[in-house]
Amino acid sequence: MQKSPQLNSHGELQHLLTIEGLPRDVLTRILDTAAPFSEVAEREVKKVPLLRGKSVFNLFFENSTRTRTTFEIAAKRLSADVINLNINTSSANKGETLLDTADNLAAMQADMFVVRHASSGAPFLLAQHMAATGRDHIHVVNAGDGRHAHPTQGLLDMYTIRHYKTDFTQLTIAIVGDVLHSRVARSQIHALTTLGVPEVRVIAPKTLLPTGIERLGVRVFHDMREGLRGVDVVMMLRLQNERMQGALLPSTQEYFKSYGLTPEKLALAKPDAIVMHPGPMNRGVEIDSAVADGSQAVILPQVTFGIAVRMAVMAMLAGN
Amino acid sequence: MKIHIKNGRLIDPASKTDKALDLFIAAGRIVGVGGTAPAGFEANSVLDATGCIVCPGLVDLAARLREPGFEYRATLESEMAAAAAGGITRLACPPDTDPVLDEPGLVEMLTHRARLPEFAHVHPVGALTLQLEGAALTEMAELAEAGCVAFGQANRAIVDTQVLLRAMMYAATFDFPVWLQAQDPFLARKGVAHDGEVAARLGLAGIPVAAETIALATILHLARETGARVHVTRISSAAGIDMIVAARAAGIAVTCDVAIHHLHLCEMDIGFFDTQARLDPPLRSQRDREALRAGLASGAINALCSDHTPVDDDGKQMPFEEAEVGATGLELLLPLTLKWAQEMKLPLVTALARVTSDPASILGVRAGSLAIGAAADICVFDPAAGFRVTRENLRSQGKNTPFLGQELPGRVRYTLIDGHLAFDGTLG
Repeated sequence: MQKSPQLNSHGELQHLLTIEGLPRDVLTRILDTAAPFSEVAEREVKKVPLLRGKSVFNLFFENSTRTRTTFEIAAKRLSADVINLNINTSSANKGETLLDTADNLAAMQADMFVVRHASSGAPFLLAQHMAATGRDHIHVVNAGDGRHAHPTQGLLDMYTIRHYKTDFTQLTIAIVGDVLHSRVARSQIHALTTLGVPEVRVIAPKTLLPTGIERLGVRVFHDMREGLRGVDVVMMLRLQNERMQGALLPSTQEYFKSYGLTPEKLALAKPDAIVMHPGPMNRGVEIDSAVADGSQAVILPQVTFGIAVRMAVMAMLAGN
Repeated sequence: MKIHIKNGRLIDPASKTDKALDLFIAAGRIVGVGGTAPAGFEANSVLDATGCIVCPGLVDLAARLREPGFEYRATLESEMAAAAAGGITRLACPPDTDPVLDEPGLVEMLTHRARLPEFAHVHPVGALTLQLEGAALTEMAELAEAGCVAFGQANRAIVDTQVLLRAMMYAATFDFPVWLQAQDPFLARKGVAHDGEVAARLGLAGIPVAAETIALATILHLARETGARVHVTRISSAAGIDMIVAARAAGIAVTCDVAIHHLHLCEMDIGFFDTQARLDPPLRSQRDREALRAGLASGAINALCSDHTPVDDDGKQMPFEEAEVGATGLELLLPLTLKWAQEMKLPLVTALARVTSDPASILGVRAGSLAIGAAADICVFDPAAGFRVTRENLRSQGKNTPFLGQELPGRVRYTLIDGHLAFDGTLG
């Protein structure tokens, strides 16, 4: 069995690859570190010098405007130099391997790679390669790998929940939608169970749940009404366009009817329940506009908190 | 050349012998077993087997030699050296070369290339369908004449069940064995790991056990319909073993094998996306592994094979789902047989049967025996010595295996092929 490459020999965070296996105090420390960074955004000069002189490479092998932008803003607010590479439009098409690409960028004195990749585990490969070639000083942040993990999204969700709900150990939380293909859901589940949430529910049709999901410590519901009853937090997942019809689901209409979050279904949750979504939303598919724009939605604050959380992660990994 | 192998513990699974006995070899054959040499026997060479076990050379039902077509991954020379170092004297190679082994000329070329005294005997498995495409039958009778001992599809399925039925009927006409891997291509589509807890956690696309059992049900039904002699390759699940056992009880002639990896590893060994554990079929649950170990011990599974597949580093240094499938195995077959025997507390005569006499009978060849008159295909190994699996210690060009870094029991001292000393481990 290999050793987890994300913690160094002192148990400190070397890379952020997944939330799974991170101790509760590490998660709490990241959230605590993020708190003062939210205030940086309120200042006239939105910058701190923690990453001055450092080069952060955003390596996006898969398209994403939103996540890339928030990482870019986070790095810039920490005074880092940021280089954005959208690789699905450059070298990967010329047959260059992931590791060759990384080696070339490492030779340009990179300090951090923020990686998004369509294959689960790609950032692990990168981190292991950096360790194997004696370049431990380069940090890898997973910005989403296949169906596996999206740890900064998971962390910003925890930050959001803590902001509105304070005590994790008193909560019932439901994650709704395409868990099977969702790296966000996996990161959320690990974060919630690590932080001591006593009941994490997943709500989805059987076609959108991975085999053995209950072993991750969640309660499975197929009936959304039943699953939402009495919850404090509703975490919606995005349904990718290509899954909307075919052998997984018959149609978006039928999906919305069974698993779309409407005001009527939300009424089954606690009256003060909050509604979250990692974005981008499909209105009328997984969420009704009345809910998305309603008073219980905290979807835009999630985005704002995301910058602070990403600043915290980068500062903890590579801060001066 | 007359050889005397002395002071060894002779284990001959075919005759259930496990005794301190010397072996006398002349003209490539065994001419005497016991304490005294046959009359008039004067050894030219004496091999000391003190502390060693003397057994038939191992018979491996699945070794990809990567020739023709993939010589950058391995060559006949490198892989035959690995086989000899692993005590293997006879092996079957699957037809998924490039070009595919679907015409007699290619098979003849391969067997001709392999005909060197220090090379293991090579038995090509011919393609059951042209290009392994599952559409048109190959010239099986011609291929058999060229040296194919069986017909199969490597790990490519025949999707069209009518073609599968006809292929099995045609093979049954000539009583050619049909070797098939049981994996439904639709349920396995895009899958890279066992559909279970680990795949769920790592976000890997899963291959359910039903992919094996559904394909197996089809194969077993058609075996009954056609009377074809079926050998199921690389069984991976407990449910699959149960089906094979039930089919045999119902009178269907079916045998099966398991690979060394599935005997010792399970889905957990993927760890953090370790591409060494990217295998086909996928490593399944711990429960499945226990059933495979017990099934091989009881004989429900007939043989253990290396499923040797040399993959270069470029093929493994990739994200898990993009990485190439396979691992090197020739030099690990004996150590992993011994490890399994130790852990299961099995008599060596039973354990070694699964890599000698039992696979030989599946191949339908006279081999895997130390009887007088048998070809002198012999493995002499020291069970107390260890084999450390490192890139340097492996002679195969394939350096990738999930067992890298492990210390395994058993080191081959001598390998004889037709009485020719093909490997001498005392040379360092």
